[in-house]
Amino acid sequence: MRSVIDILDLSVDEINSLIDTANDIIENPAKYQKACEGKKLASLFFEPSTRTRLSFEAAMYELGGHVLGFSEAQSSSAAKGESVSDTVKVVSYYADIIAMRHPKEGAPMVASFKSEVPIINAGDGGHNHPTQTLADLLTIKREKGGFDNLTVGLCGDLKFGRTVHSLILALSRYSNIKFVLISPDELRLPDYVKQEAKNGKIEFLETKSLEDVISTLDILYMTRVQRERFFNEADYIRLKDSYILTPEKLKTAKENLCIMHPLPRVNEISVAIDDDPRACYFKQAMYGKYMRMALILMLLGISVK
Amino acid sequence: MNIDSITNGIVIDHIKAGKGMEIYKFLGLDAYECSVALIKNVPSKKMGKKDIIKIDSLLDIDLNALGYIDPNITINVIKNEVRTEKYHPELPERITNIIKCKNPRCITTTEQELPHIFKLTDKNGPVYRCLYCETKAQ
Repeated sequence: MRSVIDILDLSVDEINSLIDTANDIIENPAKYQKACEGKKLASLFFEPSTRTRLSFEAAMYELGGHVLGFSEAQSSSAAKGESVSDTVKVVSYYADIIAMRHPKEGAPMVASFKSEVPIINAGDGGHNHPTQTLADLLTIKREKGGFDNLTVGLCGDLKFGRTVHSLILALSRYSNIKFVLISPDELRLPDYVKQEAKNGKIEFLETKSLEDVISTLDILYMTRVQRERFFNEADYIRLKDSYILTPEKLKTAKENLCIMHPLPRVNEISVAIDDDPRACYFKQAMYGKYMRMALILMLLGISVK
Repeated sequence: MNIDSITNGIVIDHIKAGKGMEIYKFLGLDAYECSVALIKNVPSKKMGKKDIIKIDSLLDIDLNALGYIDPNITINVIKNEVRTEKYHPELPERITNIIKCKNPRCITTTEQELPHIFKLTDKNGPVYRCLYCETKAQ
């Protein structure tokens, strides 16, 4: 029985196979309509989420399965003080697979120790969010054709952004990837992520200026710079506009740049860019559903001919 | 100060002075029936002062976890009054319930009776991280 808690729980071959399945689902959705007939997904969301929960639920419905669960801790027995282990142990008797989001970091791992069915981590605090990374990888594959020889710019909050850390670790397993890290000093990528990325053998360029490097990028992954991450208001005000992507800043970018964002966006990408063909962030959210479908099939051991 | 020599047992030597009691408690030596000597502040050429623990029995206890507490410790195994093994404990791959995760967002802060487990992620350092949330041990 297999669970996915961290993106690195999946080998490169498995990720490639998930991408192939997701692409096949996009091409031939009818083939998969009954793939999970009679199966149930428990969607255990101990904290609110829009995209992730709805995309997991849509994924299971599109596979012909059923969904049960809750969308906030208050409507579960966690509100009475039940442990994650007990909740999951019981739910695993009612469902075939569990997608779990929890504000406590490591909760899905604890769940996987007790569960009788596969657990998918749908986000644990600021720690891991592997299915977001799967969505990111499918987006890159479809937009760029592959993962090798890419220059990937990551912009904004690189310190606390869990999606950035997972994406770097996942991409660092491919050849000749170069990362350009664009952030204020306060929000730089932690050293341990750099060390873990292929044992420190990956090339990282660090800069504070998006304008200086935007012309070199194949992918620009934007994240939100959050006010609460700064120690003082003056620094926040000084820096916040540097990391807003505008049509002006895109003038020197490549024609085939792929602009990504895990969403929700607040103001870090100007709405004026939404119609630019290089804007991929809404497609990215759509691809997330297909990768979740592929992952559910893999973890349930279902293959569709 | 005289402590009898051991026929069959374990001598934990080169313990940093003052740390002996911590190791005694960590190994749970109070629970055993055999003779145990904890000697504090023994003069040492190498260390100035050191602590030593002598255990008069070949107890089946995991001494490698001591590598986390103090990697400079020497473990001597005595059989028939002859030292048959001498080694420094290796850094354990995992340590359980020795240190606690300090991350307030970690599941260990709320989940009942969940063991605090840390895994070795970098031998140079060394760096241990919480199994659940990957926060670095302090």
